[in-house]
Amino acid sequence: MIDQLIQLVYLVATALFIFSLKWMSDPSTARRGVFAGVGGMALAIVGTLLHPLIIGYSWIVVPLVLGALVGIPLSWVPLTAVPQRTALSHAFGGLAAGLVGTAKYYLWAEHGDLTTFRMGAIALEVILGYLTCTGSLVAAGKLQEVIPTRPIMYRGQNIINFALLAAAVVIGFLLMIDPSHTYLFPALIVLALAFGVLLVLPIGGADMPTVISLLNSYAGLAAVAMGFVMENKLLITAGALDGASGLILSIVMCKAMNRSFTNVLFGAFGQVQAAGGQVEQRTAKSATAEDAAQLLENASTVVIIPGYGMAVSQAQHRVHDLYEQLAKRGIDVKFAIHPVAGRMPGHMNVLLAEAEIPYDRLVEMDDINPEMPRTDVALVIGANDVVNPAARLDKNSPIFGMPIIDADKARVVLAIKRSMNPGFAGIENELYFADNTLMLFGDAKGVIGEIVKNLSGQTGGH
Amino acid sequence: MQFDFIDGLFVLMLATFIGLDVIRRVSRLLHTPLMSLTNAISAIAVVGAILLAGEQESRLSTVLGAVAVFASTTNIVSGFLITDRMLKMFKRREQAPPASSGQMR
Repeated sequence: MIDQLIQLVYLVATALFIFSLKWMSDPSTARRGVFAGVGGMALAIVGTLLHPLIIGYSWIVVPLVLGALVGIPLSWVPLTAVPQRTALSHAFGGLAAGLVGTAKYYLWAEHGDLTTFRMGAIALEVILGYLTCTGSLVAAGKLQEVIPTRPIMYRGQNIINFALLAAAVVIGFLLMIDPSHTYLFPALIVLALAFGVLLVLPIGGADMPTVISLLNSYAGLAAVAMGFVMENKLLITAGALDGASGLILSIVMCKAMNRSFTNVLFGAFGQVQAAGGQVEQRTAKSATAEDAAQLLENASTVVIIPGYGMAVSQAQHRVHDLYEQLAKRGIDVKFAIHPVAGRMPGHMNVLLAEAEIPYDRLVEMDDINPEMPRTDVALVIGANDVVNPAARLDKNSPIFGMPIIDADKARVVLAIKRSMNPGFAGIENELYFADNTLMLFGDAKGVIGEIVKNLSGQTGGH
Repeated sequence: MQFDFIDGLFVLMLATFIGLDVIRRVSRLLHTPLMSLTNAISAIAVVGAILLAGEQESRLSTVLGAVAVFASTTNIVSGFLITDRMLKMFKRREQAPPASSGQMR
């Protein structure tokens, strides 16, 4: 009787989770989605607490309270740090799945309850859980720049990685055949932990959007495997929703870079480019903030293209001031958002929303590109590869074929950049040497602040 | 309650199709909040962790379960809170009061 009640509560929770994601389709209903999610989770927890096999609550309530106490401050991080927070929470999710799998293994091994099927589900859960945990920790470390963001490479890397994963899978199968080899289980854990680290180490900062999405997917799949271990359909459903979400985001990211999963994971992007980049001395034209202010003021259409550089220098609030100044003059200002701009999917949108830029001004790459030839000024703020015309023109470029925002087609391009050094990926950007491009050297926040000062000074009655 | 492996696979398949279909419609504007929301939802692992910590079948399983409850709760709380915090920031132009902070330095 109570079992059926719990299952019914789980059923409602599942429906709420689906609604939660469905309401994310539009910013106007999205907050309702969060409430649905909270409701679903609350039901799931309360339903579980009713379980008749639970004999004591102290081991549940204390970590619940502690988790909430840690979780609340974790939600206050600045929005520029959201990618790190996300990676960290994938690590927690993976850890939880791995620990539950480990505990179940030893319980069942002790009682001789390990069927082949249970063992298979546990092996899957443990491998996915622990590799997500350490992989996400490395990703978080790279995003926080505790670990170098450049790809860390060594000879035979891919072979070693494959060997580790293969060894883990073989051990999984051995345990399925004969689960009594308990000494093999710790080896499985260690291999999964090590594989997670080695999988993410060679991946560079620019590929983080894809990697975070992929780890998101793994965290979901680990929950699915846990559902099979715990024989719980709610876990399977919620895990599958998460896995599907991560998968779709990974595909969007890969398409936006014109690369495949295997290429992101095993291709070591940075390496290829270091070899491809030929250093040639050319000069770019530079301009002052005053020139830029004048150009912007006389434009009737302006497209701003933000990139990771805007996040690094925390320039989004200055960008808002600039937007206000231009909008006040009746200039049509739009923001062109490349799917992989920043360090995670949708990173730029969140930063600009934080700076109170209305979201109907944020335009996706495919929608803005037809408008670029009619644009008076394209202002590139800390974006590099996503506006590099070599992706369209230069067949030898490592980024050839990647869809880009056609900043070069605007009448005038203003590019804010710290120095002429090639960006993270080490590729020369043709855009900076084009005839219609003017460089504004300096920190994004400072340069935009200068431009705004010039613009507001003029309205002040000079 | 009886759990059947094949039933589980059916549930998995159907949930995956629903997930793919629902997620595909999510606005690209909201991909970051989407990820923090699914983060919180996948912390449903808390269900399994609570059972382990509450059934107290062995010392090891109780402790591992409790740690897993902690890790999942952290994700649930921070995931939902930060998602809501981000979503509150997305405003249309009509709602934004004009020239509210025009001369900010």
